[in-house]
Formats: sequence, structure tokens, C-alpha cells
Amino acid sequence: MQMYDSGKIIAGLVVFAVLVTFPYLINIGKAYPKPEPKIDTPVIQQMAEKKCVESKQVMKTEHMQMLNDWRDAVVRDGLRVYTAADGKQYSMSLQNTCMKCHSNKKQFCDQCHNYVAVKPYCWDCHIEPKEGVQL
Amino acid sequence: MSMNRRDFLRLAGITSIATLGGTTALTLVRKNIEASQMTPEPKALTGKRWGMVVDMSKFKTKDDIRKCTEACHSIHNVPTIASAKEEIKWIWDEKFEHAFPGQEHAYISDAIKHMPFIVLCNHCDNPPCVRVCPTKATFKRADGIVMMDMHRCIGCRFCMAGCPYGARSFNWRDPRPFIAKNDPEFPTRMKGVVEKCTLCYERLAVGKMPACVEVSNGGLVFGDLNDPASEVRKVLNSSFTIQRKPELGTRPSVFYVIGGKEHA
Repeated sequence: MQMYDSGKIIAGLVVFAVLVTFPYLINIGKAYPKPEPKIDTPVIQQMAEKKCVESKQVMKTEHMQMLNDWRDAVVRDGLRVYTAADGKQYSMSLQNTCMKCHSNKKQFCDQCHNYVAVKPYCWDCHIEPKEGVQL
Repeated sequence: MSMNRRDFLRLAGITSIATLGGTTALTLVRKNIEASQMTPEPKALTGKRWGMVVDMSKFKTKDDIRKCTEACHSIHNVPTIASAKEEIKWIWDEKFEHAFPGQEHAYISDAIKHMPFIVLCNHCDNPPCVRVCPTKATFKRADGIVMMDMHRCIGCRFCMAGCPYGARSFNWRDPRPFIAKNDPEFPTRMKGVVEKCTLCYERLAVGKMPACVEVSNGGLVFGDLNDPASEVRKVLNSSFTIQRKPELGTRPSVFYVIGGKEHA
């Protein structure tokens, strides 16, 4: 079989393949540290039972949906109190409820968000707690 | 397997009904659980149409107004930007001829002419800003507050064109560097959104009066316009009041008593 310009084509294909697989090749053998969100803030340390609004599993998988629901309920419907599955009541507020306990945004939120490269725009407006300052 | 037409139709009908019914039942159950978990704050002040009467006899100088502006702007993280084109204001002072255009004339008394009028969002009963908002970022709540949902605002500024009172300000730049001291309890805004007075919905929700009313020394009377026994209605009953640009049909919820007891 006759192939015109085979040298250029094959060289081009090799360059293309290397370029496409470059992100994988450069990271071969490197282990990216697993995200380890920390919950050792002063407020959480003082809690008798270290429990979030809902169970850890629910919070892990559903917190984004929950924050969305809370946001709409508070801003659009004026509903501000959340009754958790265990009957406890919380004020639905990112700045005044969530971040009062999780005052370590860099060690908590950012850990996983950076790992999976999501950039929630919460902090464009909502004020993050000052790290290291006891509330 | 063979099946006659009657059996086929029956089976198809039963299947579709079961599917539809099942999904509806599921969503109903799920929605009920979620909705029942969210309730209003019991301490909240409730009304059908919040409104305000401004007693101008209590606002003699710009300093009286500045007190309200500062109280409002400090708790809502409103930036102080010097440029008139980029400034952000929720509650501010205005001359009579600007606050009430169409009612000024050549022989108006000097007192009125130079009196600073306190102006803010009128929380209209028929708000043009709400009509023009393409994303429903601004909407009217059941209690009459014309509210902003900053999460939805796309910065198109239709509402600014729609508002006849100039009550809305656009964030031409990131407001954060212009906020002297953050209130950590309230969010800021970001570049590219419109903001305005929200009648302290966050304070009403916990049973407090709006911040400007609290520091106004009786100059601002706040209450439910829909309740004949409320304090605003008593003031409206006993004094002659005017509204800003009532001829536009926006039905503002902010009223002004000018002259007050001395002339009435």
C-alpha cells in the first residue's frame, strides 16, 4: 500500500498522541494527597456530641442540595428555621450557622472543593470567617 | 406469545397508570418531607403590606438622615464609593425638587426648598422593577417587601431603568475594598449585581424593626398598611401625606408628612 508523506503523518500522529496523553504521562507515579477536611475548630471541640445538622453521610452527599434548598427557602419564601431529622432546629444560614462551627474554610470546604476542582461562588458575596479567630 | 388487541390495550393502560401514579406519589412524599422541615421563624414580625411614614419634622438637617444611612449601610455591608456614577445607596437624602418632581414650583417656601428629604426604595405595591426583571431576581414578597435575590441577578439593569425613584444601584466594581468594616452576619454583594433597600427583611424575620426606623427617633414610622390598627395607619389617618410620583401608578408604600404638627 502506498502512503504519501508517511514520515510527516506518522510524526504528526506521535506528536498528537503525546500531547493528548501529556496530563496523564506527567502524573504517572505521583499520588495526589487525598482531601482531608478537618473539623477541629474551637466550637466543634466544645460540642458534647460532635454532630452536624444531619448525619455525616447525608452531609457528605447532600450538602450542596441542602444549601440550595436552604437558600431558596430563606430568600424567596422567608422560611428560616430548619428542623433536622432528629428534631433539632437550626437557623438556615451559611454565614451564621454553618460557618459558626466550621470556622476553618480552608481546612474544611476548600479541601474537597479544590481536589475535585469545583468552585462554588458562595464566597463572592458571603463573608468567610477569619481563620484562626475564635468566634 | 400472541395477544389480542383488547388484552394489549388493557395491559398498556394499567402500566402507564401505575407508572404515573407511582412517580407522583413518590415526589409528593419527598416534597412533603422537605417542605415540612422548613418553617418561618416564630419571632418574626408579620404583615400583609409593610410600609413607612416619614415625619419630616424629625429630619431637620442632613445629619438626622445620615444617622439612618449609617445604621443601614453598616449592617448591610454597603460600600462607600465617592464617585457619583458608581456610588451604592440604600437610603439617602434628596432635595424636594428631586424627590417630588412635578410638585415643585417657583414660589415654594425656602424651608421646603432646602429641606433634605430622606428617600429609599418605596416597596411599591405595583413595582415596575419586578415586572421587568427577566430572572425574577427581584420579586414581591407576600408581606409587600420588594426583595432582591442576589443569587439570581444577572446585572442586566432593567430594574434600574424601570424604577422611577432611582432606588437601585449597580455594582460597577467589586464592592469589598470599599466597605470600611464588614458586618460578618450579612453578605456583601459582588461585581455586576444591582442592590437596594430590602426593608431589613433579615431583621423583621427575627422580630426587630428596620435599622433606619430604630435610629430615626420617631421620624420613621413602620408598620402594616393593611392593618387599620397599626401605627402607620394612625399617622396616615391623622395627617396629610404625600407619596413620590403617585401619578405613575406604582402605589408606593412610603409616605411623607411635611410640615407636621406646626402647620397642620
